[in-house]
Formats: sequence, structure tokens, C-alpha cells
Amino acid sequence: MDLVLSEEQELLARTVREFVNGRSSLKRVRRLRDRHDADGFSRELWREMAALGWLGIVVPEEYGGAGLGWLELMVVLEELGRGLMPEPMISTVLLGTSALLLGGTDAHKREHLPAVAGGERLLAVAYEEPRSRYDLNHVEARAEKSGSGWLLSGEKAHVLDGHVADWLIVSARTSGGPRAAGGITLFVLRADTPGVTIERQSRIDSRNAARVRLDDVRVGAETVLGTVDHGGALLARVLDRATIGLTAEMLGGMTAALEMTVEYLKTRVQFGVLIGTFQALKHRAAKMYIETELARSVVMGAHRALDEGRDDGTIARLASVAKARCADAFNLIAKEGVQMHGGIGMTDEHDIGLFLKRARVAEMTFGDAGHHRDRVARLEGY
Amino acid sequence: MAELETFREETRRWLQANAPASMYTPYKTQDELCWGGKKMQCPPDTKRWLEVMAERGWTAPTWPKEYGGGGLAKAEAKILAEEMGKLRLRPPLIGFGLSMIGPLLLQEGSEELRRAHVPAIAKGEIRWCQGYSEPGAGSDLASLQTKAIRDGDIFVVNGQKVWTSYGDKADWMFVLVRTDFEAKKQDGITFLLMDMTSPGVSVRPILLISGSSPFTETFLSDVRVPVRNVVGNVNAGWAMAKVLLGHERTMIADAFKERDDAKRLVSLAREYVGEADGCIADPLLRDAITQVAMDQACLDLTLERSRDNMKAGHKPGPETSIFKYYGTELNMRRRELMVSITGPQGLGWEGPGYDEDELKLTRDWLRSRGNSIEGGTSEVQLNIIAKRVLGLPD
Repeated sequence: MDLVLSEEQELLARTVREFVNGRSSLKRVRRLRDRHDADGFSRELWREMAALGWLGIVVPEEYGGAGLGWLELMVVLEELGRGLMPEPMISTVLLGTSALLLGGTDAHKREHLPAVAGGERLLAVAYEEPRSRYDLNHVEARAEKSGSGWLLSGEKAHVLDGHVADWLIVSARTSGGPRAAGGITLFVLRADTPGVTIERQSRIDSRNAARVRLDDVRVGAETVLGTVDHGGALLARVLDRATIGLTAEMLGGMTAALEMTVEYLKTRVQFGVLIGTFQALKHRAAKMYIETELARSVVMGAHRALDEGRDDGTIARLASVAKARCADAFNLIAKEGVQMHGGIGMTDEHDIGLFLKRARVAEMTFGDAGHHRDRVARLEGY
Repeated sequence: MAELETFREETRRWLQANAPASMYTPYKTQDELCWGGKKMQCPPDTKRWLEVMAERGWTAPTWPKEYGGGGLAKAEAKILAEEMGKLRLRPPLIGFGLSMIGPLLLQEGSEELRRAHVPAIAKGEIRWCQGYSEPGAGSDLASLQTKAIRDGDIFVVNGQKVWTSYGDKADWMFVLVRTDFEAKKQDGITFLLMDMTSPGVSVRPILLISGSSPFTETFLSDVRVPVRNVVGNVNAGWAMAKVLLGHERTMIADAFKERDDAKRLVSLAREYVGEADGCIADPLLRDAITQVAMDQACLDLTLERSRDNMKAGHKPGPETSIFKYYGTELNMRRRELMVSITGPQGLGWEGPGYDEDELKLTRDWLRSRGNSIEGGTSEVQLNIIAKRVLGLPD
């Protein structure tokens, strides 16, 4: 598969861009934040996105999706990322859908995927814990056998879109010590199951995240996703897919931040000249552009690997290479963006700061650059 | 498709039947490959490999047969390259003739010049060098001052070129000279082909900080060059030069694609730094090694994307500047890292206490400091991107 978008994919990109420009704006994103919107996103836009077929892009047609590829999803995520759209794509379309596709039974898929693709159901994957940092295997939440089902207890944190989710996918320990690689199991349960308490967290980018407490939550055997004790490996595969999708969003964000900054260099006058004439700024802007080009290549390469059905090792490696690159590039461009805007860049009124905040949160979602370099080194055996 | 598969089969069989055994061994530097030319000195196998490949036109697979090329379609040439890659065969011939002046002559040269030079390039008979930079014209190449005064059907050339790659080994030089002293600096330049054996040409190697001398100074004193050796038109040489600079920058980036380097860094680190719990013992060096490997992967994907874009009919963009800038900076980082990994053993210049690989690694690091200078400095590349891509004002 060539590393170039097809005409259909280019057309899709234009459609999404027009949608974002016409139906959203950074003003809308600010309004959600400033009015403490209860949902943190627009259910109306979400339904429109479902109607356009964007929520089920990688869902097979038999489960109500479009049966398209990851490159199509990349194109959508990138454009949404340009507009800092807070709609629950990462939680529902990337994490939740991937968990069901990779680990779900046919019954699980029939139960959830058509509703997800139709925009009627939101999912959240609760795998991080307050002390787990980026270690997927650090799971202290427990699942004890109870009759034919399970009893879940523990605490999860940074659960993306947790407080709006209809269903949760939760990792819990069914055997082994708190950091053991084996002994983790995934469960899929209704968010309003008795004993589940969800508390919204407020983070710098004002996107949805939540703490989830599990107090003796009783669930049936049918809630197990994948195999008991083997949820860790499944979760890693899910996160690789979600990570790759997230890098597409980050690519959109860094591209928009760069364009905003370059535009400012072409309009801001100091010392009687446009500041874009200063070579000290030109060279930095050129380096920022090079970073976006390298990021675009690896983001496309990672999505292509998913479409080509490459082996898990290749996908894991590319997910980490793409995430590390995008984390560094997005942060660099956002920081330089603020610096080149000068004083106005430090104000809440100016939009460049929104990108700085999003860059930092995206960096630490699913592991920062250092974590992913360490992971690549381990995958390569050194 | 079936025809291409047949071509692949036949190609593989032919390569296996004709490649001398030693052509399967990997090479450490390009100096071990065949550069062709009258002063060529290479082992019999290398010479034989050149001859059999040249006879088939496969030293220049896509060039037309009438000019000594293989006349292959792009898809066939790709298959040939793939099969050579799979067999890990060395290229039969490299150099500026194949990569630069040959393609330019095919694109822009007169029929007479094409017939005179292109087949000799494909056969590896003539080695070429490039006469661009001058003592006063480095980054600002267009300010070059080497004079060519017309005398009937002859140009009389006087001046000095510098940083001529392998000027002492080349037979011919493509050279930029000033033919109009009144016009805007870019508009008075002519692109000439010059025989290095002409009276008045003298060459002196330049000793670099690495101890090697891959470049020369070239002195031109009343050198007589026929007017028919002009490529393109008189005073229109700058356009030719720019076409070639693009080729050169892509080539420089490609030259740094050293597939095994990630593994080389790791094996060096295992040897010189050691391991702890299965990881390279120094976490900072381990992270730096991974960073280099990952950056290389991103650059490789960018090269691939650029080729795919051109294949899909998109116009080439500013990629060459990106490749030149990033490829060289990355190579310099890698060389520097190798010396860091090697530690004090990476400080040897010559003599006892250091093995051959250590000495080479050190000198390669010193040599690499020139990567961000030659072929257009990093700063010039950033200026190009700022202006042409970002549209920042002058």
C-alpha cells in the first residue's frame, strides 16, 4: 500500500474539514469549558457524526459499521484534531470499539457495536489507576470469583469520557501480584451497575476524564472480555490501536498550531518590519514544519500497518515510534507557538494556549515519549 | 502482471548466474564500490561485475538503450532493484555521472552531447566531478567568479573551484562559469562540460580534519573549452545547477540510509557499555540510541511517502531540503553517539591501542561534521523551507 491518500480519502478529509469549520469552532470548545457543560461535548454533533458514518469507520458492516480502513479513520481524526474537537472519539471509537473488536464475543459485538456506530452508546475504558503511571500491568483493582460471576473492587483514574459513558470496560486483577503481567482480566459492564461511582476530573485541556470507584460491583460471567487472566495482552493491543489513532489527532493539532503561528509571523510588526523576516524565527518555524512532515509520515505508516493487518510486534513498534514523535513534535510546536506569539500567547483569550494544553495531555495519554522509547528498546531486546 | 513476474524470475536467474561471488559481500564504505573512469583501480570481480551489467545496460536501468541504458520501464527497474536488494548485491557502478550529469544530459543536453557522453557514463568509462563552489562562493553559490571569455567557438576559462569531490580521480568536470558580468548574478552563469586533461587544469587535494582528502581544489588557467560543450544555453546555467542540486540533496539523504546502523549502535553499546538486567547499562545512551533509530524510521517513511507522492502524480515539493537537512543532522548525531558509546577508545587517531574499527569510527565522526555544510548548509535548507513552503517574508 502506497503512503499516499487516495482521492476518496482526500475527499473525506475535505468533508470533515468543512464539517469542523462549519459546525464547530474553538469558540464552541471554549463555551463547553467556560459554561462547565455537563456533558463536555455536543450530543447533537455526535449524532451528526454518526449519521455521516464516522463512528463506525473500522467497524465491519455486519456490526453496523462502514467496514473501511484505519487510514480513513486517520483522516477524520486528523481533521477533528485541527479543531480540538472534544467529542468522545478516543474513548468510544478508538479504545472501546477496539476492545470489543479484538476481545469481544459475537454476542458482545452485536450488543455494542451497532449502537456505538449509530451514536447511541458511549464507551469508556478504565485501565489506569492513580499509581499506575504508564504501566498497563500495574493493576490493583481486584475481581474475586463470586458464584457464577465476579465481584469487582478498586479505583481507576484518568478514565477518558468516564462520566458520560454508558458502558465501561474495566481491567481488574484476577490473579498474581499488583504488577504481574499475567492475571489481568477485562470486564464490560453498564456504567450504572450498583457499586460503580464515577466522579468527573478537571484537567488542563478541559476534556472529559473521570475517577471510577468500584465497590463490590457484582457482574456476571458474560461480562468477561477475552479470556480470564489474559486481559493484559488484549489491553496492550487495544492501546496500540488507540495510540495510533491518537497520533492522528495530534498531527491535526500540531498542524493547526503551526499554521496559526506562521500566520502570526506574517502579520505581526515590530521594529517596523514583519517579525517573520527575522531569521531567528524563520529557522525555528522551518524546523517545526519538518517535524510535522516526519510526524505525518509515521502516523500514516502506523495506520497503514493496521490496514495491512501486520503482526502485533510491528504494530506495537510503530505505535510507539509514532506516539513518541508526535508527543515531542506537538509539544515543541505548541511551546514555540506560544513563544513566537509573545505576550498575547500567554493570555487565555488567544487560542494558541489551547493547543499547548492539549499537547501536554495528549503526550501523557497512553504514555509519554520517554515511555515509548523505552518500550521500543525493550521490544528490540536491549 | 504475469509478464512482470516472468521478468522477475528471469532477472533473478540472470543475476545469480552472472554476479561474481564477492559482489554479495556487504561493503563498509562507498570507496569499495566501482566509480568507473580511466583511473579506475578495482579488484577483478568488481570490474567484471561492471562489465556484465553495463553490457545489459543495467548500470543505468531506466536510461534508453540507444544511450547505453537498459531501457527498462519503471516497474521493471523496481523489480531489478528489489531482486538486487534481496540478493544483497552491490551496485555495479556509482558516481556523479550516473546520478547527476547523465540524467541532466538526457533531459537537457543536445543530441551531440548525449551521444558523446551518456553511453560512456553508463559503461563506467568516464568518471565525473562537479565544479560548483569557489573560495568566495559557498552558500552564496550564485556569486561565483570563475570567468569564461568567448573566443570564437571556444570559451577560455580562468578561476578556482573548491570542494570538488574526487577531483583528482575524475576525467571530466561539469562546471559553472560566469559568462555575463553585467547581468543579475544568477543570469550570467553557464553550465560547461570540461575535460580534466585539458592544458591549464590542475588539482590539489584538501586535507580534512578527519585526515582524509575526498575533495580537491581545482585551478583553471586559460583552459580552452569548446562552446558546443555548453549544456542548455549560454547564461542559462543556473537553472541547470538548480536541477542538479535537487538530485544531489536527495542523494545525500539516501546515502545516509544505513539499514544496519540501529543494530550497530546496540552491538557497540553492548560491547563498550555493557548490560544490566538485559538492558544497555547506561540509560541515557540507551535512550539516545532508540531516539536515533526512531528518527531514522520516520525519515525512511518520509522518503517513501515522497516517492509515492511523485508516483501518484503530485508535484515534488520541498522534500529535498527536508531530506538534506534532517538526513545530515541525523547522521551527525549518530556518528557523535558512536564515539560517546566507545568512550576513550573513540579518541584514537592512529597507532597502537586502537583497532581498525575504532579508528574508522572516530574519523567518520570527524568527517560527518561536514554533512551539514556540504551540498547547501543546514541554514540554507531552513531558509528555503521558510521561504518556499511557509511563505515567510524576506
